[in-house]
Amino acid sequence: MSVMKKIMSTAAVLAAFTASAAQAEDMRIALVVKALGIGFFEAAAQGAEEAATELGDVEIIYTGPTDTTAEGQIEVINSLIAQGVDAIAISANDPDAVAPALSRAMQRGITVISWDSGVAEEGRMMHLNPSSNPLIGNMIIKLAADHLPDGGEVAVLSASATATNQNIWIDEMHKVMGNYPGIEVVATVYGDDLADKSYREAQGLMQSYPDLDAIIAPTSVGIVAAAQAVADAGKAGEINVTGLGLPSEMAGAIESGASKSFAIWNPIDLGYSATMIAHALATGEATAEPGASIPMGRMGAVTLDETNSGAMADPFVYDASNIADFVDIF
Amino acid sequence: MTHADRIIPDRLQSPLQKRLKSWETLLMAVAIGIFVANSFASPYFLNAWNLSDATFNFTEKAMIAFAMALLIIAGEIDLSVASIIALASTAMGAVAQFDVPTFVLVLTGLSVGVLCGAFNAILVTIMGLPSIVVTIGTMSLFRGISYIVLGDQAFRGYPKDFAFFGQGYVFWVISFEFVLFAVLAVIYGILLHKTNFGRAVCAIGNNPTGALFSGIRVNRVKFILFLLTGLMSGVAAVCLTSRLGSTRPSIGLGMELEVVTMVVLGGVNILGGSGSIPGVVIAAFVMGMVTFGLGLLNVPGIVMSIFIGALLIGVIALPRLWTMWKE
Repeated sequence: MSVMKKIMSTAAVLAAFTASAAQAEDMRIALVVKALGIGFFEAAAQGAEEAATELGDVEIIYTGPTDTTAEGQIEVINSLIAQGVDAIAISANDPDAVAPALSRAMQRGITVISWDSGVAEEGRMMHLNPSSNPLIGNMIIKLAADHLPDGGEVAVLSASATATNQNIWIDEMHKVMGNYPGIEVVATVYGDDLADKSYREAQGLMQSYPDLDAIIAPTSVGIVAAAQAVADAGKAGEINVTGLGLPSEMAGAIESGASKSFAIWNPIDLGYSATMIAHALATGEATAEPGASIPMGRMGAVTLDETNSGAMADPFVYDASNIADFVDIF
Repeated sequence: MTHADRIIPDRLQSPLQKRLKSWETLLMAVAIGIFVANSFASPYFLNAWNLSDATFNFTEKAMIAFAMALLIIAGEIDLSVASIIALASTAMGAVAQFDVPTFVLVLTGLSVGVLCGAFNAILVTIMGLPSIVVTIGTMSLFRGISYIVLGDQAFRGYPKDFAFFGQGYVFWVISFEFVLFAVLAVIYGILLHKTNFGRAVCAIGNNPTGALFSGIRVNRVKFILFLLTGLMSGVAAVCLTSRLGSTRPSIGLGMELEVVTMVVLGGVNILGGSGSIPGVVIAAFVMGMVTFGLGLLNVPGIVMSIFIGALLIGVIALPRLWTMWKE
């Protein structure tokens, strides 16, 4: 009997201790990624930690499944709901499959936002896009124009002719061509996101347009292949290959001079902004509603559209001055 | 003259002793140990809703594991179960586009499961091919069809009441999936331990030739077991699809290995011949609680799979080490 009592009282003390410890804890924000061990997301976590340090009273739980499945993410979400975290910021493996689990999280008072890869509207309060189509369309032509002060001929090497994203970006690029006088887009060709086909298309461009000054490839496969084709043709420095690419794959092209600069979203900024937004929503500083403006610390503020999604910033520009810092990240 | 009572044993071990030394007891001790450890490690573990959420980590896998246990006891294996889920779910998604009632969806899922099982069964029992090779092949085949149909797209738009199978609760925190899991556990327990069919399954696993000469229709029993495994994959497909609310071709990827792990952890001899359903039930709880408990501590998934692997090897090696030490 007395032994039983002792165990009971120990348990009670222990429970009280853990309960008070839980109350004294900081705000806990979970950064849920598609899968662990991916450089892009590790960098986002680094950004989240930066935001947590800046905010002071925030603990980041960086988590995700082992492989990129929706089921794995649901298990992670369930355990986060069970722990009663304050906010979940997720890059979803499947926009629909994780929505029921996330709706449940919101019912239990957890702030839920998505970033990078979005969640269906009913499963999140807001979605943070790394950038927006108009910003990307403007950025890819700006990258080329910045190195052509006297104007010149540029060509576009896209993915496939039916690639939705690339077509939208190229459309957006054509809309702002008026801001870049002297720049002429002479051709748009399609490398189908295959390395060898993109390489041949880039070779074709150099032969058809001897005065070509720049190739814009808004695809990470095309930009690498085009840079290789330019370098192989001995035209590095003469023809500038630019567009959207990954620092790890583009380091060689920057070094050889085939590419002067290129852009892609910065995962560190993305993780930082997602954390800032989650914090602002969880504390009630901001509300997620169409038209709302939510602060993101050093990244400014994001304005939400009618689907409660917003764009973080211009794509981040990488060149010889900063690429070394990002080569190992993604 | 005093007469000393002498006990003449009519068996080597008393039933109680036998029960205490059984695999199920060892596993149960592990399960209780994990439960207690989890309760102390995380203040969130002992909560009815959280425990209820945790059951979803294993119910679907366990449903397949019951049929898989019988199949492995009979000396065969089916590695295509996760791909059957993908194909059955894709078929349900395709049918759902025509606004059919929910029972038609369920029927579609189950039928595709049975058909896939039948395909495996024909190749193994009628053509006489080894089941491990056949089902590695159909593993790619079934999921491949899903990928061709869906590509990077998804089927959604399931009817509202379809959500009940994976998200519904029968009573308070007791989910429909958990009830189904419990009912199936009882059915498979009776089938394996209390029927002639169950005895035949064990006999085939121990000695297929001997079983054949004893008048057991070996191929027919195996055929039925493949159908059952297909059917249970169909059931799991209904539950998982309902829980996710959408179908992508990657649904349930890699689940077959977790199902086999569950069966082996449950004490089923991977070489066939012996095993029990209660063992598989406890193994399901053990795996579910380990993953959920580690999840609560935010242990990364990679470390979690190391834990499961270590648990499997540990639980299997422990009795062997024990006997070696006693000798």
